[in-house]
Amino acid sequence: MSRQARPRVGDSLLARTLIIGAAVSIAALLIGGPLAVIFSEAFRAGFGPYLENLATPDTRHAILLTVATALVAVPVNTAFGIAAAWAIAKFEFRGKGLLTALIELPFSVSPIVAGVAYLFVYGAQGWLGPWLLDHGIKVMFAYPAIVLASLFVTAPFVAREILPLMQAQGSAEEEAALTLGASGWRTLWSVTLPNIRWALLYGVVLTNARVMGEFGAVSVVSGNIRGVTNTLPLQIELLYHDYNSAGAFAAATVLAAIALLTIVAKIIVERNEPARAG
Amino acid sequence: MPRSPLPGFRLALGLTLAYLGVIVLLPLAALVLETRGMGAARFIAVVTGDRALAAFRITVLAALAATALNAILGLALAWALVRYEFPGKRLLDALVDVPFALPTAVAGVALTALFAGNGWYGSVLEPLGVKVAYAPLGIVVAMAFTSLPFVVRSVQPVLQDLTGDYEEAAETLGAGPWRIFRSVLFPEIFPAFLAGCSLAFARSLGEFGAVIFIAGNQPFRTEIAALLVFIRLEEYDYQTAAAIATVLLAAAFLMLLVTNAIQLWRLRYGRPS
Repeated sequence: MSRQARPRVGDSLLARTLIIGAAVSIAALLIGGPLAVIFSEAFRAGFGPYLENLATPDTRHAILLTVATALVAVPVNTAFGIAAAWAIAKFEFRGKGLLTALIELPFSVSPIVAGVAYLFVYGAQGWLGPWLLDHGIKVMFAYPAIVLASLFVTAPFVAREILPLMQAQGSAEEEAALTLGASGWRTLWSVTLPNIRWALLYGVVLTNARVMGEFGAVSVVSGNIRGVTNTLPLQIELLYHDYNSAGAFAAATVLAAIALLTIVAKIIVERNEPARAG
Repeated sequence: MPRSPLPGFRLALGLTLAYLGVIVLLPLAALVLETRGMGAARFIAVVTGDRALAAFRITVLAALAATALNAILGLALAWALVRYEFPGKRLLDALVDVPFALPTAVAGVALTALFAGNGWYGSVLEPLGVKVAYAPLGIVVAMAFTSLPFVVRSVQPVLQDLTGDYEEAAETLGAGPWRIFRSVLFPEIFPAFLAGCSLAFARSLGEFGAVIFIAGNQPFRTEIAALLVFIRLEEYDYQTAAAIATVLLAAAFLMLLVTNAIQLWRLRYGRPS
């Protein structure tokens, strides 16, 4: 950023000191404090007990279930995001604005509302639940419901990251590839995706963080069965309410570490794509 | 039909619509239709019951307070990040993303540990008579934490794009710094600022994970609407849960409309940047 030589509003020493001081204090107290307390509480008894807390069977199972959920939900929503962005960025059609708003809808819906909504589709009294149960398929209070709720909550993330970039880049390179004889899939794979790779990467990382950390929606649909359908955030709640603070914060460090890695990924992406908007 | 030489329109749009239909619209339709069985009179009776009304009131008031807090904090953070150079600025910028990346349940237990009577903050605040954990103020703090980045990230790019010409002109005409901020700068960033505030408010209305740990969850005092839905579900009172959830869904739609209207207004009246 080039520093401007002329004085600007707020450049006086008093204003600078006050505003920078306020900003740094807010960040330190409201954001740094919670991060610090997670690790402080988790390591209160030392590194050995910390590892023991992470290695309890229920917490280990919760970590595995969380990873298993992400392994399905992240690729599915990545594919959805690419398909949606392809349709919206590369073509003109009626109702495009509506479709874009619809994709963003899960952002505004409370995760609890999402969870309850799924109950009325796949629950015992739901639209599809009884039929599925008759055919031996248990969705609600089981792994499939956890995946479905995670899909709802994180549906917009990949599309939202790559769409502005794909719109800004236009279709000229894709048209050139097609003229040279490349197939549609080849064009997507060799031209479009490499052009958006950093935004796509960040969308995937963000989706992953949100899937692994989703609490409200999963809390409704998982049934909270200890050691069976508890994902990591639910396990944190359970341990916390069991007054096992050390165990809860040990589990919380795993999710906090994923959050910090997500932010590192964002910094790397922005460094590689300085023109990226937002 | 689209006039584009690119292939894959039908496939991409078909997949998108089918997926949104199954994952997003089908469940929301099931929720809304669930309330049809109860009839309008009963629906209204349920969502205006004493406990439901108290929960809505607490949710809206706390969300308003959190948004007001974030409006000020967010503006200060965005201003500092754009207009000043200082050591640790990059770290500060990265920290602003933490509330988006950190799972809400983790934020909830961390904030509760901080503000509890024996916590780092609580042990300072409670002797002063300020009770945050297990009190209404805790709900505000949790909502403010989870929605902190919205105002910052909305205002930041607009503030960045201001060229300084108007500012210089105003100064030449003899305006003082406060006057320039009020009459020149703030009107420029106002649409983005408003959009950020409405996003923060919408997010706060629906927040669950961070709030339930710190709130104490006493009916009529610190019970938010999303939690009441959850409690009714656990009591197998599905219709009441559906009714309250439908009100929350309607609020989400309304906020989505408001936010989109603000964005359109921005496009129409904002300076092209």
